[in-house]
Amino acid sequence: MLFTVLALTLVALALAMPTLWRELSAVRHRRAKSAKRRERRAIADPGRERRAEQRARELLRSCVNDEEWAMYRDLGFIRVRGSTPGYAYLVYPHKPVVAYMPESGRLLNEYCVEFPDMSGAIAGSRLPDSDDVLAKWMALTGDERRLIRTANMHLPGRQVDPGRVRRDLWRLAQWERQRSSARS
Amino acid sequence: MKFLRMRPGHGEVLLTEGDPEVREDEERLIEEFRRQLDEGMWAAVPTHAPGSGRRQAVMIHDYDEIPSDADRVIFFPRASGG
Repeated sequence: MLFTVLALTLVALALAMPTLWRELSAVRHRRAKSAKRRERRAIADPGRERRAEQRARELLRSCVNDEEWAMYRDLGFIRVRGSTPGYAYLVYPHKPVVAYMPESGRLLNEYCVEFPDMSGAIAGSRLPDSDDVLAKWMALTGDERRLIRTANMHLPGRQVDPGRVRRDLWRLAQWERQRSSARS
Repeated sequence: MKFLRMRPGHGEVLLTEGDPEVREDEERLIEEFRRQLDEGMWAAVPTHAPGSGRRQAVMIHDYDEIPSDADRVIFFPRASGG
């Protein structure tokens, strides 16, 4: 009797195997598909970064003066004058702050600094470009010494091409000339 | 007064707002201010440099340091050497 029950169970299992296998594969397939969909949704929201940058630009614009805003809009960086006379910084998004002497155009140092948000789920991603510039601007104009102390100081050319900085200084001089002639 | 915080991948978000003259609002603002500093944020108030058209920021280390005429405080992640 026991033998018959066992035999019948085995036969039933063998008969059900293809159906079970199909169900299992379908579940696996559905899971993989939804994981892919989630992944695609996380990666492909091209508007998200653009909206973030747009918000950041508005915030930056509301904090800096008209000249600094126009400089950033037209040239892609902001010049911040140092507390020491004859000393200034170029503030680029997500690049080191470059210290130079406006009189001679001599490049002095690169100050490598970043603003990592270590809280919770957003650790690892970075601030929008204009927020990064605003953070540097606030830290430089609010407490220049602390920012400089915090940053890693290097000679010019470590991360930012000195040729590019010199071109930017030339562009800045041209830009200022054009603005002052347009005003007068 | 508004408390704004820069968020990676998002831009700024409004944390809270209130009238510092109203006691309940002030308590909420103080609590939020402390929470942000505890989370490692720096706080700054954008302002005009006295006697010039220049703008600058004032770094705020304590709630009491917020200028009375400030309409917003911006929190941003603490700087570190890159």
